[in-house]
Amino acid sequence: MMSKGLIQLVLSRVRHFLREPEAVFWTYGFPLLAAIVLGLAFRSKPNEVIQFDVVESVASDTTLSAISDLKRFEITVHPEEIAMDRLRTNKTIVVVTGDEDGGILFNFDAANPEARQARMAIDDAIQRAAGRTDPVSSVDVTVTAPGSRYIDFLVPGLIGMNLMGGGLWGVGFTLVDMRVRNLLKRLLATPMRRSDFLLSLVGVRALFFIPEMAFLLGAAYLLFGVPIRGNPMTVVVIAFVGSVAFAGLGLLTACRAKRIETVSGLMNLIMLPMWLMSGIFFSSERFPDALQPFIQALPLTQLINALRAVILEGAGLMSQTVPMLVLLAWGGMSFVLALRWFRWTQ
Amino acid sequence: MSEAIVCNQLHKRYESGTKAVHAVRGLNLSVSAGECFGLLGPNGAGKTTTVEILEGLLEPTSGSVTVLGTQWGDGRDHQLRQRIGITLQETRLEDKLKVIETLQMFRSFYDDGIEPEEAMRLVSLEEKRDSWVGKLSGGQKQRLTVACALVGKPELLFLDEPTTGLDPQARRQLWDVVNGLKAGGTTILLTTHYMDEAEKLCQRVAIVDHGQVIALGSPNELISTMGGEHIVEFSLEQNGVNAPDASQFAAIESVLKSVTESGGYLLTVGEPHIAIPALMQYLESREYALASLTTRHVNLEDVFVSHTGRHLCDDE
Ligand SMILES: Nc1ncnc2c1ncn2[C@@H]1O[C@H](COP(=O)(O)OP(=O)(O)O)[C@@H](O)[C@H]1O
Ligand SMILES: [Mg+2]
Repeated sequence: MMSKGLIQLVLSRVRHFLREPEAVFWTYGFPLLAAIVLGLAFRSKPNEVIQFDVVESVASDTTLSAISDLKRFEITVHPEEIAMDRLRTNKTIVVVTGDEDGGILFNFDAANPEARQARMAIDDAIQRAAGRTDPVSSVDVTVTAPGSRYIDFLVPGLIGMNLMGGGLWGVGFTLVDMRVRNLLKRLLATPMRRSDFLLSLVGVRALFFIPEMAFLLGAAYLLFGVPIRGNPMTVVVIAFVGSVAFAGLGLLTACRAKRIETVSGLMNLIMLPMWLMSGIFFSSERFPDALQPFIQALPLTQLINALRAVILEGAGLMSQTVPMLVLLAWGGMSFVLALRWFRWTQ
Repeated sequence: MSEAIVCNQLHKRYESGTKAVHAVRGLNLSVSAGECFGLLGPNGAGKTTTVEILEGLLEPTSGSVTVLGTQWGDGRDHQLRQRIGITLQETRLEDKLKVIETLQMFRSFYDDGIEPEEAMRLVSLEEKRDSWVGKLSGGQKQRLTVACALVGKPELLFLDEPTTGLDPQARRQLWDVVNGLKAGGTTILLTTHYMDEAEKLCQRVAIVDHGQVIALGSPNELISTMGGEHIVEFSLEQNGVNAPDASQFAAIESVLKSVTESGGYLLTVGEPHIAIPALMQYLESREYALASLTTRHVNLEDVFVSHTGRHLCDDE
């Protein structure tokens, strides 16, 4: 049974949050915006047109008709000088020129994978038009199924980032703000139970993570068709454990800080390695092996990996025991240390 | 009458690195149940430190404290907190909560108490019931902090500088609140550096300086220790050049005491209608030209000045 005091403390945190438009934006608006912007920037582009130039000297009817059948390419014919200029300035990625023997030259930047791809396709088309027959027939089947695109990868990362920010800022900032206002001291002068106070800070996170996550997942589903392959309850359980772990870390960060500046600095110090390395925007496996033990020990890495496994691959709760244990260890350790070091009065 | 607060030989030393501040130096105090007691002293006198020790928010370095018959830290702190109400010298309540919500939260911590609406009425904030705390004026915020201290229906109320920084009207409104509580029988310990506040509100006043009580009594008793009830302040033309020594005015009839005071003189006088004509005569005979002269009643500030040679407010 929750005490009256705990209920009132939680209520005032909830009211406080809802009456702070900036907080609502950072919690709901920002991750959604990030998902939309990044989702658009890195969307799969099956129908994108690749530009390439053919110089006048080789633009015979056969060549042109052969390559005009290519679906993804837009061909323009230019004098050689202009075409090469366009290549240098990135207006086109391949320029087809000819030599004296009637052969064909491809001019392109070998480091650009799209240019390499275009070069192959153009070559094939020209060779086939000139009479080459392929011994084995081949057909391209492209995959853009929901669940394997960048946006699908991104959404669980953003949810993890949100839970981390919410826990650290939500708990840490609130606590130091109350200390600065002398409000913490004022509350201590009442018969309020200290455990109720700490529980309210952490409890609010456990209350807020559900709408935060539901909102992001819902928006991602509606806008981009990001699926939830696993059991939604499993997602909730993992996110809950993650929220509590980060709330504990927030409590630890703020347990002694007397000034907002101190706690902000500490928060950024704690969050920066996770923003960079825990795989919010790209897989954490891209970092060198030497760093992997460190990266894997970070709570955000484990939270995001577990969320991806459940949301994208449909993994069950049991398969995520290790991430859960790492998160619980972080949460538990943070709480114990925070309570030991907590500065109740000045 | 039983004692609500007793403290003996209270000491508090703040240690921070190499610097130590001895804020409270052997302070003795006893406050009777039902009285309104004032700690009057300048900034830095140790008033806040003393009340925070009495409130159980600070550990004394040494000395004993008994509040409502209990000592802090003997396992009954929670019960004791149910019986006292406090306002800190400075608290900023949550700006984004409404007045009523703030009071409901504070009320929820107490087993027994009054309704938040009732507390709002006691401090005349009913009209602001649904306003955000951040939108209140300074005086209204201060009354809200008092209301927060009242929701638990305290037997003993601590008010630390309740009217500092308020305009005169807001101060008077707060005095009305305190007078209402006194009438209701609540024991009140308040600190202030305004002598008029101590004089108007408190049955007894302890004047505190450098962490010690330097004078104690009802405002009238303290004033009567000055010997006379009246003060004559005057200044002379061409001051500074051959300014006469204050001691020569002490011999004038009915003048009890004479001190120099910011470019003028300050006489403590038994009977002004005798002293003033005598003073005029004296000045004339010495050919001193009078620049200004005022008379007023002795107040607690004068008592403080007579003990310390300093004023309560550095800025006044
Ligand atoms: N936390 C603290 N650390 C160090 N010195 C302090 C602290 N709090 C107060 N002091 C010092 O103790 C003295 C008494 O302060 P205080 O009790 O606030 O006086 P008052 O309330 O009468 O103005 C002052 O010199 C003040 O600077
Ligand atoms: Mg003070």
